[in-house]
Amino acid sequence: MAELKVIVFQLKDEEYAIPVQQVRSIEKIQHITRVPRVPKYVKGVINLRGVVTPIIDLRMRFGLEEAAFSDHTRVIIVALDDMEVGLIVDAANDVVDISTDAIEPPPEVVDATTADYINGVVKIGKRLFILLNLEKVLKTEKG
Amino acid sequence: MDMSQYLEVFIDESKEHLQTINEQLLELEKNPDDVSIVNEIFRSAHTLKGMSATMGFEDLANLTHQMENVLDAIRNGKIAVTPELLDVIFRAVDDLEAMVVSISEGGDGKRDVTEVVAQLKQIEKGEAVVAQKSTPTYEQTYDEFEYTILKQSAEQGFHSYEVTIKLRSDCLLKAARVFMIFEVIEQIGEVIKSVPTVEMLEAEQFDDQFVVTVVTKVSQDELQKRIMKVSEVEEVNVQSVDLHRPVAQENAQEKPVEQKEELKTVEQVVEKKQEGQEEKTASKQVSNKTIRVNIERLDILMNLFEELVIDRGRLEQISRELNNPELHETVERMSRISGDLQNIILNMRMVPVETVFNRFPRMVRQLARDLGKKINLEIIGAETELDRTVIDEIGDPLVHLLRNAIDHGIETPDVRRAKGKLEEGTVKLKAYHSGNHVFIEIEDDGAGISREKVLKKAISKGIISEQNAANLTDKQVYELIFASGFSTADKVSDISGRGVGLDVVKSTIESLGGSVSIDSEEGVGSVFSIQLPLTLSIISVMLVEIQNEKYAIPLSSIIETAIVKKEDILHAHNQKVIDFRGKVVPLLFLKDIFEVPVIKEEDDFLSVVIVRKGEKMAGLVVDSFIGQQEVVLKSLGNYLTSVFAISGATILGDGQVALIIDCNALIK
Repeated sequence: MAELKVIVFQLKDEEYAIPVQQVRSIEKIQHITRVPRVPKYVKGVINLRGVVTPIIDLRMRFGLEEAAFSDHTRVIIVALDDMEVGLIVDAANDVVDISTDAIEPPPEVVDATTADYINGVVKIGKRLFILLNLEKVLKTEKG
Repeated sequence: MDMSQYLEVFIDESKEHLQTINEQLLELEKNPDDVSIVNEIFRSAHTLKGMSATMGFEDLANLTHQMENVLDAIRNGKIAVTPELLDVIFRAVDDLEAMVVSISEGGDGKRDVTEVVAQLKQIEKGEAVVAQKSTPTYEQTYDEFEYTILKQSAEQGFHSYEVTIKLRSDCLLKAARVFMIFEVIEQIGEVIKSVPTVEMLEAEQFDDQFVVTVVTKVSQDELQKRIMKVSEVEEVNVQSVDLHRPVAQENAQEKPVEQKEELKTVEQVVEKKQEGQEEKTASKQVSNKTIRVNIERLDILMNLFEELVIDRGRLEQISRELNNPELHETVERMSRISGDLQNIILNMRMVPVETVFNRFPRMVRQLARDLGKKINLEIIGAETELDRTVIDEIGDPLVHLLRNAIDHGIETPDVRRAKGKLEEGTVKLKAYHSGNHVFIEIEDDGAGISREKVLKKAISKGIISEQNAANLTDKQVYELIFASGFSTADKVSDISGRGVGLDVVKSTIESLGGSVSIDSEEGVGSVFSIQLPLTLSIISVMLVEIQNEKYAIPLSSIIETAIVKKEDILHAHNQKVIDFRGKVVPLLFLKDIFEVPVIKEEDDFLSVVIVRKGEKMAGLVVDSFIGQQEVVLKSLGNYLTSVFAISGATILGDGQVALIIDCNALIK
């Protein structure tokens, strides 16, 4: 039975999970330089220890309403292939181990916009984690 | 003996020699009668043979040896230079290259070369009786090459001696003694041959005696004395070489016949030899001054320096704020020194595009022959320098564009004749600097791009719709060639036109921060123009403020800055323009283009940065100028690949990111 270590973060009322292998670091919000004429959910770029890193507002990416940054707001720096991107989330909550057997396909009730970005769901006790499909999240739409 | 430490040098030098051979072979094809070229090739081949034998790459040595024989025959006028013959030699060089590549990739450098070797042998035998290499005996015999050297040396007033050296039987480090003796000899002359071979001597595969043939200007006595000074040498016996004795027995009969011819060429050869010696001393001097540095180390140095530049910016800012004269002075000094340092580091990484271009003549020749076309490749501006990182990437796209020009551009000779053009097509490869960019153009005088053909194809491939097609400008039509899944050749050849490629060319160039454009006239030819950044790392910029955002404009595209009164703005065709030194310059309001959130009220005065792209100018309207600064160019990462009018980003002294404006994209 394979174990999967995931980082759990909060977005609106739900908890999402990303495998730790895909996470580089978790940062506090810092000055973001806006980049013109890019999709709205791309907030801009930050200076991450000398590396210019693009930042995505995950709320907007999922079509949720924008929220003001709070003390809990975090930027999760994820790496996929040769891309490094920061995801703005409401809070980073936890690191948990889940077994891959416990992953269920996404329930059909999840609304269409977000369903695309989901690999599956995991239920542990009373908590429900939504496993994020990073590839889909980071795929830039053409046009 | 462990050779691994020499391997890198061996690979580099082999590549250089192969390059020389390639270039000279092409030259030879143009001037088949020029013996000096053959000599040049021979020299490189000979060195290569020696090096590879020493390193233990026997296949490499064997093939070079065989090639050398053929070259030797050419040099002695026994074989005429024909394109077919050159084809075989080129193939041999290809094999050699493949072997060197294999070695550099950690392989054993082995390759099946029997076919080429057989062909070379055939050539060697086919036309004339060629000198067989003398069988190695422990007697001092000379092959023709060595014999020629000895003869030439004699004519230049050098003495040739056979020196028999005997080491003391209790000598412990024989190889070391040999090395010392060779060094002594090389101070006063040159070793032409040694028996046993140098490699065997170095491996201590001899008893205690060996014979070397030396050309030198010093007398017999002096040579002997000098060698005797090396300790543990028991006996030195110097004899002058009898130059009149036949070379190798097989040649004995043909020698008289050949003699005349050889005499004729001797003058030429002697000249060459002198040149060669000068070259040698020159290259020795150069090699004293240069060292090979692993590019990785330079990259690390560059990265560290970039960090330093960021801190320098920060320091400058702090010093301005504190307003302490002493601090000010120190910081200024430091800035100056680090500026010099920066120039040096950047220059170290600059490489002439020649390193990429020099493999093209060979490729073009081969392609032209394969396709039955006549093509003259003109290379202009090969000395133009580009950053190493750009050079490494630009080779493949250029190969592709060249192939494209030759395969699709240049017509076959009969078609060209029918069109009233010269049978021989011309492909121009041109590189030049402009601003902080390097342009590389590939121009052919071939068929040009047919708008109809391209459109037909694009529509049939579903790249565009028929309605859209009619509205496209010629330029936009040409752009379609870069769409993926596009190929215009009626006939798919294996040279280009598999539909993969041109789109890759475009994306590669764009990933380097460059761009590619096409200009074409049907029936007259096409020009593919590539624009590349000079360096990918540090640039001078002007920092400007637009509302609350900071942007950087590369100094290289700025002509000057100006403050313009609002009422001086004129209108022309719905476009705001200003009169700038008698020229009408369109104004671009960056806050609109970049959709900057408006916070401040507009002034009565506009701050304008006048920028240019080639002949065209534009005025970028900003809110205020902050100042000039050296910044480290950083990419926006792989996620944000093509942001309009932004070429990258940089980190300012306060740690914030500022975007760098790409003026070329703003000026249409």
